[in-house]
Amino acid sequence: MAEYLILINEDESAYASASPDVLQEVMEAHNRFAKQVEETGGSIVSGRALQPTSTATSVRGDVVTDGPFAETKEALGGFYLVEARDLDHALEIAKLCPARFGGVEVRPIMVFDGM
Amino acid sequence: MTGSTAGGLPAEPGSRTGSGAGNDRPTAADAVADAHRREWAFVLAATARVAGDLDLAEECVQDAYVSALQAWSDQGVPRNPGAWLTTTARRRAIDLLRRDTTLRRKLPLLVEPGAPEPDDPGGAEEGSGVIPDDRLRLIFTCCHPALAREAQVALTLRLVCGLSTAEIAQAFLVSEPTMAARVTRAKKKISAARIAYRVPESAELPDRLDAVLTVVHLLYTTGHTAPVGGRLVRDDLVDRAVGLARMLRLLMPDESEVRGLLALLLLTDARRATRCAPDGRLLLLEEQDRSQWDRPAINEGTALVREALRGGRPGRFALQAAIAAVHARAPAYRDTDWRQILRLYDLLGRAWTSPVVALNRAVALAMAEGPEAGLAAIGDLERDGRLAGYQYLPAAKADLLRRLGRADEAAQAYRCALGLTANQPERDFLTRRLAEVTGG
Repeated sequence: MAEYLILINEDESAYASASPDVLQEVMEAHNRFAKQVEETGGSIVSGRALQPTSTATSVRGDVVTDGPFAETKEALGGFYLVEARDLDHALEIAKLCPARFGGVEVRPIMVFDGM
Repeated sequence: MTGSTAGGLPAEPGSRTGSGAGNDRPTAADAVADAHRREWAFVLAATARVAGDLDLAEECVQDAYVSALQAWSDQGVPRNPGAWLTTTARRRAIDLLRRDTTLRRKLPLLVEPGAPEPDDPGGAEEGSGVIPDDRLRLIFTCCHPALAREAQVALTLRLVCGLSTAEIAQAFLVSEPTMAARVTRAKKKISAARIAYRVPESAELPDRLDAVLTVVHLLYTTGHTAPVGGRLVRDDLVDRAVGLARMLRLLMPDESEVRGLLALLLLTDARRATRCAPDGRLLLLEEQDRSQWDRPAINEGTALVREALRGGRPGRFALQAAIAAVHARAPAYRDTDWRQILRLYDLLGRAWTSPVVALNRAVALAMAEGPEAGLAAIGDLERDGRLAGYQYLPAAKADLLRRLGRADEAAQAYRCALGLTANQPERDFLTRRLAEVTGG
């Protein structure tokens, strides 16, 4: 098994204007996701949702600035670290990952020598 | 590793023509060249399985071809050159892995299931002399959807066809360092992202197979009308594409779209010799000398189309082949069954929603029902906007306007098409037509 990070990139404004019903649906979809991953034979190592980019602070060298590095329509809103057999399996999991206002990106975790 | 090239071998594909006619036995160099053309994919695919790494596998296969040159001169050409090369390359990989453990990648090529361990050279399959045919694993790995299309094409030419980086760079008009970087990046992604070395399961097979067929078709069309340059057709790419389609047909005999693709390539390629006049001038379908079309290729293609259309809903390659078969069947251009072609385009449009299909349908419609009907359909496509920049849209429009006698509008469309066309024979053709309609 190998580890992959699933980065969830979505339109933040869509969440800001979403009705409570929609937000409830999203929560339920994420709860279902955990179970669906198990059914594929994979597992979730960890997962977190992030506060919106309006709360981000960038640090470059000693310089501290308000906001994310780049303003984009879709921003990183959360992630899952998952275990999968290979890329095809990771992609199968990624297709199940809720991201109704955007999409996800799958990145293999780097393995260093001696680890 | 990226510096070593298959093209450096005396095994230049296609250099073997004429050998054997006067000689009783092929020379070792001829046999190596022949084996390079025929067996490369098999040898590499089987070696990758034990090497656990595509770069290492390539290196060992190159070495095996080099040793073959000497060994076959000394001892004669073996009865089964592919098996000889595979055994040699695999032994070399196992030796290297034993001697130099740093060659064992921490991210090995993910071979599954039931592959022998690299340190198990006496595995049952070698003992029994049966080497598994891993060519399908190799081609599905090269054409994995997680790789960009241009990387899929480059990897297929490099790993499945055994072309050198320089040859691939030349075929796609990019510099050799650019192509080398593209191939290296793709191979790194295969190992780092763990793209498995396997044939997809049946549930995902249709989509994955479509990617493979698209790559082969793209190779063919790139060769069929070279994007830039003085010659209309680049024979080497066309031959490689037909060779790949034949290989797929052999390995997946029951897939109707594989039949469809091979049929399409054969039927289109049957016209190759007649597509240009001796002076290089482009000849349209209606001007081509049909007696010079390759009849055996047409017969083979037509038989494949029949098989592909039997049972189930035909896919986009089978339907395109069926259209090519209708053209091939007509004894003369005026005998073409345009109604039948139009019906096939309607089916194709349903199997494959592509604006290019819609454009070709518009041309067929013009032939079946008159230029006005075709022109109206092209107008819809212009408004749709997806074909903006596609030179065949203004070219088709210009032809219909010309046939309607609307010379000024036709001239404008020809100029627009010329602005988008880089292939010299096509440019010459459009320039001639422009001169006709402007009375020049």
